[in-house]
Amino acid sequence: MTRLVNIRPGRKAATGLAAIPMILIVIGYMIASAVRHAANPADKLLPTFGAMGRAFQHMASESDPLTGKILLWADTLASLERLGIALVIATGMTMLLGLSLGMIPLLRAKFGPLVATLSVIPPVAILPILFIVFGLGEASKIMLIVIGITPVMVRDVASHVAALPQEQMIKAQTLGAGSWLLTLRVALPQMMPRLIDSLRLALGPAWVFLISAEAIAADVGLGYRIFLVRRYLSMDIILPYVAWISLLAILFDLILKHISLKAFPWAHGSSH
Amino acid sequence: MSILSFRNIWVEYGDKVVLERVNLDIEQGSFVSIIGPSGAGKSTFLRLALGQDRPTRGEVLLDDKPLRPEPGPDRGIVFQRYSVFPHLNVRENVVFGLDCATSPLLGRSFGATRRRAVEKAEEMLEAVGLGHVMQAYASELSGGMQQRLAIAQALVKNPRVLLLDEPFGALDPGIRGDMHELVTGLWRQHRLTIMMVTHDLKEAFKLGTRVLSFDKRRIDPHAPHRYGATAVYDMQLDRKERPAAA
Repeated sequence: MTRLVNIRPGRKAATGLAAIPMILIVIGYMIASAVRHAANPADKLLPTFGAMGRAFQHMASESDPLTGKILLWADTLASLERLGIALVIATGMTMLLGLSLGMIPLLRAKFGPLVATLSVIPPVAILPILFIVFGLGEASKIMLIVIGITPVMVRDVASHVAALPQEQMIKAQTLGAGSWLLTLRVALPQMMPRLIDSLRLALGPAWVFLISAEAIAADVGLGYRIFLVRRYLSMDIILPYVAWISLLAILFDLILKHISLKAFPWAHGSSH
Repeated sequence: MSILSFRNIWVEYGDKVVLERVNLDIEQGSFVSIIGPSGAGKSTFLRLALGQDRPTRGEVLLDDKPLRPEPGPDRGIVFQRYSVFPHLNVRENVVFGLDCATSPLLGRSFGATRRRAVEKAEEMLEAVGLGHVMQAYASELSGGMQQRLAIAQALVKNPRVLLLDEPFGALDPGIRGDMHELVTGLWRQHRLTIMMVTHDLKEAFKLGTRVLSFDKRRIDPHAPHRYGATAVYDMQLDRKERPAAA
């Protein structure tokens, strides 16, 4: 008999298997929701899918009487703007620092331990400091994300660059490359796929920092909204918002993966 | 005329002596095979010529001038692995070396310079038998083809010396034979000076015009690291007259 560890599902079977637990969760939720609504038709804890759909549609189509804006899109736009600016700054800094720390042993000796130390500080713990220094506006939220993800990305990318085969570096020098051309033509291109991977991994924490910052001090944003409606136990808004945030996160991840596959085919062995 | 001279070289790491009293001259146009047991300093010796290591004492002369202890374009190198750039295609791997010289800022040439570089690169790639895969990424090539590419990269720079560090060690015997033919042919055609470290005695004698065997002359059983290795045998093989041997 084939051993359990040697049974591998085919492509179709794998998709089917992956769907089973998700379908089970949805069915379980529907049963629990129906049971609660049978006991109390006004139950707020486990809203039905219909109620969530109506609430979400309301958020996505009708303008708020107070601000005159459609809340879902205003929230999404505000959050993505904060996240986008922060990711661009963090990626830019990582490129610069990762390359220079990875390529130049003198800089690595000088700043490596500093970056390592910075990366263990829990970013949310310094959020109060950011609020004090940068105020309650956009800057502090963006800074939280930047400070939260940059040191980890720099460490990852710098160690990847430093671990590029020494043979390649020597070879390039025998072909006439100096420090600058080594960095530009040998290290930089080989760093890019890793930078994108690193960014994909950092997206999770980035969302955490964004929502934390918005929960504490904001007047618009996805995180602000779910923490606001929490006061009214509006699970019918919170749950669709969480699903929406997850969807955006998945979308970001897929886009980055696609960019990496298209732009750096050599880094993905089987993609030719 | 000697192209590379090693004058009373010592290489020490801490209190470990790797090489001691190495005095050798490498003649222009010779094919020097370097053999010896593991840990006898063969690769260290090659790295001295490369400039990757510097001698603790003594000096290395290239064309009678002290060698700067840094790799440079006058010495080509082919390692056993990782000598090619996986993110560039085969043609760009060779063009890169030419671009480094013409475009120190961007490392990329344009226009007529670029056309000349591409032409030269393609000629060299044809010569090493890679004319049919110029668009492929280096990471897609087989081991033997990567070594051909590494040789083409080095040769296009017209190095004074070509250094080979166990270049065929990771290849199948059949492919190794093809590579021997290729290297012998290129050596004759371009009148190269080659230094090759190898584990394979047959290969060393088949290809070389001179075989250097590195080993320790003396061993202190209580402190084996205190005596370094040197060239214990230096054999001149007269094979230049022979027709192109396979």
